[in-house]
Amino acid sequence: MIPAVALAIGIALGLFFEPTVPAGLQPYLPIAVVAALDAVFGAVRAQLDGIFDDRVFVVSFVSNVLIAGLVVFLGDQLGVGGQLSTGVVVVLGIRIFSNAAAIRRRIFKA
Amino acid sequence: MTDAPDANEAPATVAASRWRRALRTALHPHLRRVDVAVAVLLGLLGFAAAVQVRSTQDDGLLASARQEDLVQILDDLTSRSLRLRQEITTLTATQERLTTGSGRDEAAVAEARRRAQVLGILAGTVAARGPGVLVTVQDPTGKITPEDLLDALEEMRDAGAEAIQLEGSVDPETNTAGAGQTVRVVAATSFVDAGDRGGVEVDGTLLQPSYRFVVIGDSATIAAALAIPGGVIDHVEQAGGRAVVVRRESVLVGALRPLDRPRYARPADKAGD
Repeated sequence: MIPAVALAIGIALGLFFEPTVPAGLQPYLPIAVVAALDAVFGAVRAQLDGIFDDRVFVVSFVSNVLIAGLVVFLGDQLGVGGQLSTGVVVVLGIRIFSNAAAIRRRIFKA
Repeated sequence: MTDAPDANEAPATVAASRWRRALRTALHPHLRRVDVAVAVLLGLLGFAAAVQVRSTQDDGLLASARQEDLVQILDDLTSRSLRLRQEITTLTATQERLTTGSGRDEAAVAEARRRAQVLGILAGTVAARGPGVLVTVQDPTGKITPEDLLDALEEMRDAGAEAIQLEGSVDPETNTAGAGQTVRVVAATSFVDAGDRGGVEVDGTLLQPSYRFVVIGDSATIAAALAIPGGVIDHVEQAGGRAVVVRRESVLVGALRPLDRPRYARPADKAGD
C-alpha cells in the first residue's frame, strides 16, 4: 500500500515539476528506470510467492540501478555505450517479461 | 517487531486494539527504515520514470541520445544532405537542359519540317501548288522526240521552274491527262524514246501525245524563256508540232514520286568518318 502510494506520489511529482534531466544523467536515466522496474517486478513476484523481503528489495533495487548505470557508463567509456545500453535493456526486458509471466501465472493461474 | 506488543494483549481487547493500531498506523505510521527506503525508492522510480517519459516526449530522440549517437545522426544527415544536394544539382541541370532544349528542339523540329518540305518538293515526294504555266505540246505527226521534251524541260529549269510534272495523252478539249500518264519530273527523271509505242517513256511510264508540262515558277520568266526565237516553241513547231503556253495564277503539281531508300549511301558527318 505505502509503496504504491509512494510510486503514485513520485509520478505525480515528476509530472508536476517537469524537471529537466541533467545532461550528464541523460544516458543513464532510462536504463536506471528499466533496472528499477526489473527490481519492482521481481519484488511483486516475490510478494506473491510469499518470499518477499524488503531488505532484499532495497538492495536489489539499488544494486540493479547502480550496476545498470555502471555498465552503461563503462560502455560509454569503451565506445560501445549504445550497444551496451541496448543489451542491458534487452536483458532487463527479458527478466521483466519472465517476472511478469510468473506474476500472471500466480494471479490468473494461467 | 510491530506485532510484538499486540501478542501480549488480552483476547477481549484484541478487536479494540486492532482498531487502535489501525488508527495509530494511519496517524503515526510506525515505519521501519526499510519501509521508508522502499517507499523512497519507489517514489524515486515513479519520479524518474515520469521525468524520463516527459523529457522523451518533449525533446524527441535527440536530447536523450548520447554523444556518439548524435555524431552518428549528424554524419547520416550530412551525407544525406550531400546526396540530396548532388541530386538537386543533377536535377537542376536536367531541368535547364530541358527548358532551354525544348525551345531549341522546337526550332530544330520546325526547321527540319521546313527543310523536309523543301526537299520533298525537290524530290517530288510532296505535292506542290503555286503560280506557274501549263505548256501543252501537241504532236500530230509524231515527230516530237524525247530530246525535244528534255530541251523544253531544261529551258524551264533554267527559267526557274521549281516543280514540274509531265502529262501524256492530254485531251485539248477537256484539258485532262490520260489515266496513269502523269509523271513528276525530278532531277533523276529520264526520257527514253518509245517511238514504236507512239510516245515517250518517262521514268518508266509511257506518255503519249499530246504532252503537257505543269510547271510551278515565275510564269512570266518561263513563258518568255520558252518563247524566245529558236527556243522551245519554235523548235516544236519546226518538228511539226504545236506548243501552247498558258500562264496560271495557281497550278497544282500533284503527281508524287516514291522516295527510294538509298541502298548503299548513308548520311555522313562533315568530318567524313
